[in-house]
Amino acid sequence: MLVYTLKRLGLALLVTFAVSVLSFALLYLSGDPAAAIAGETANADDIEAVRLHYGLDRPLVVQYGEWMFNAVRGDFGESYYFKLPVSQLVAERLSVTMLLGICGISFALLTAVPLGVAAAVRPNSLVDRIALFLSVMGQAMPSFWFGLVLIVLFSIKLRVLPPSGSDSWQNFVMPTIVLGYYAMPAIMRLTRAGMLDVLGADYVRTARAKGAGEFRVMFKHALRNAIIPVVSLAAVQMGFMLGGSIVVESIFALHGAGYLAWESIGRNDLPTVQALILVFSMFYIVFTFLSDLLNAWLDPRMRVG
Amino acid sequence: MENILSVRGLTVDIPLASGTLHAVRGIDFDVKRGETLCVVGESGSGKSLTSLAIMGLLPKQAQRSARVLDFEGVDLQTASNRDMRKLRGDRISMIFQEPMTSLNPAYTIGDQLIEALLLHRKVPKSVARERAIELLEKVGITAAANRMKQYPHQLSGGLRQRVMIAMALMGEPDLIIADEPTTALDVTIQAQILRLLKDLQRELNMAMILITHDLGVVARVADKVAIMYAGEMVEAGSAAEVFTSPKHPYTRGLLNCIPVPGKTAVGEHLGSIPGIVPSLIGDVAGCAFRSRCDEATAQCASDIPVRISPAGHLYRCVHDYDRSASLSVNQPKSGEA
Repeated sequence: MLVYTLKRLGLALLVTFAVSVLSFALLYLSGDPAAAIAGETANADDIEAVRLHYGLDRPLVVQYGEWMFNAVRGDFGESYYFKLPVSQLVAERLSVTMLLGICGISFALLTAVPLGVAAAVRPNSLVDRIALFLSVMGQAMPSFWFGLVLIVLFSIKLRVLPPSGSDSWQNFVMPTIVLGYYAMPAIMRLTRAGMLDVLGADYVRTARAKGAGEFRVMFKHALRNAIIPVVSLAAVQMGFMLGGSIVVESIFALHGAGYLAWESIGRNDLPTVQALILVFSMFYIVFTFLSDLLNAWLDPRMRVG
Repeated sequence: MENILSVRGLTVDIPLASGTLHAVRGIDFDVKRGETLCVVGESGSGKSLTSLAIMGLLPKQAQRSARVLDFEGVDLQTASNRDMRKLRGDRISMIFQEPMTSLNPAYTIGDQLIEALLLHRKVPKSVARERAIELLEKVGITAAANRMKQYPHQLSGGLRQRVMIAMALMGEPDLIIADEPTTALDVTIQAQILRLLKDLQRELNMAMILITHDLGVVARVADKVAIMYAGEMVEAGSAAEVFTSPKHPYTRGLLNCIPVPGKTAVGEHLGSIPGIVPSLIGDVAGCAFRSRCDEATAQCASDIPVRISPAGHLYRCVHDYDRSASLSVNQPKSGEA
């Protein structure tokens, strides 16, 4: 288990390094950063002054080293637009994004797992068909479209939920559904497939032969084994949701980190974009790492022996 | 002695797209306390379905019917799911063929053993735990207290089957059904497990149904033998009777397949039964074995009587092998039992 953990950790660090290089390179991939900061009306002298001021004339490796060194300490520089420390900006917005992510994954798990189990217990039944329909819908509908449909329905026609903002819990209802529904199909199908597989297993028959009731057979003996891959998928999805809520936050103007990223791209606010990319990737990496550990912890065959 | 289990006219039908599969076609048997019945047959003869039919664990689509299916006065056909659940694991236990996959990989063997008792008795967990350790020791597992904390994947196949046996014994069952318990194990382990089962059965005075395709196993442990072919019981009786004077051509064919120390010469060909088991989809008329039988005649396609040999064992054949020692065609005696 220790060796396994260290291996996974090493891999996570390597990916982190690669991502940091990429997000640093973004500064240069989008054109001359000095020109971008100086603005459209600047002349050559102004641009040169900016270049010297921000230290953009130094070798790339030095710049990367400095950026990374500061980033590790939580200093991502100053936002071009807000003229505030990027770390402060991001931290303020992250709480909203995290809340949305937790609500989203909870919604996804609470709908997907019971539906997946029900579908597996009676394959090809009406419940199974409905579950399949819902998951195909969820997979096929783009989040932005589904979000707009909900806004039209609940905010404009029925007037029960606010279309935008992040002031009360009501603002989170629709984003949670949109984000959760995006993750739901994969979790549902994996639960169903896992349960179908496990329900035919010899140890499930053993549990019945012992005299265990159907409920106990389903949840103690079958689901406990079928859920292992689902948990790791959900952890990865969670990482993805924290980073991938850009679209959802933009539609509902939810002032989270994803919305900030979308605004910052429009404003050419590169330090903020860089920091957000790094933070979002870190979420993804951390949750993938956690998912590996969870997987090992849930499966005794990986944990012991 | 009173029968623990009585079965009359048990059938199992499985509807398939291509027709109904008559997997078990009207079999009869009884088991008494302290007695071992061996059910012998090749793959697809319906012997495992017979055991699952008794346990009430047939696949959902399978249909079971019987004239009599009686376990100690309880009619298993009319028993509710709840009543069956109370019987399973407590009064009737089952040991499966595949020890490698029959234990839940997510729980320790201790948890799984304890569960078997707690499902049926209101006893403190510590009591169940003590009983589990006691039974693990009884089935020959050393350092039982430590084994309790282990997961199935940490145990060898032989040990896992011992755990399965201990689990089957947790509720002190009256009847234990062992479905090819040694098939998946090494030959040396097979002998150990069989001896263990037989000893435990005697010691606890249980009835045992041992399902197997291995006549060597039967010779060692059986009190009674039932030979199944294509869903029917073609011959049944005391083990001594069936082994010393087998009647049905299939039984004789099976016995010919086994080398006998001292009698079978080195290099001599062992017997084999040519052909395969016929399809049991749709209506099956006459003797199912006739396509593979050297002694088959035109009458074998008609209804087959059940005959009783002078010593009292049953066989199902048109030919009366008791009246004539020769294997020539005889006029069948209409002696339905």
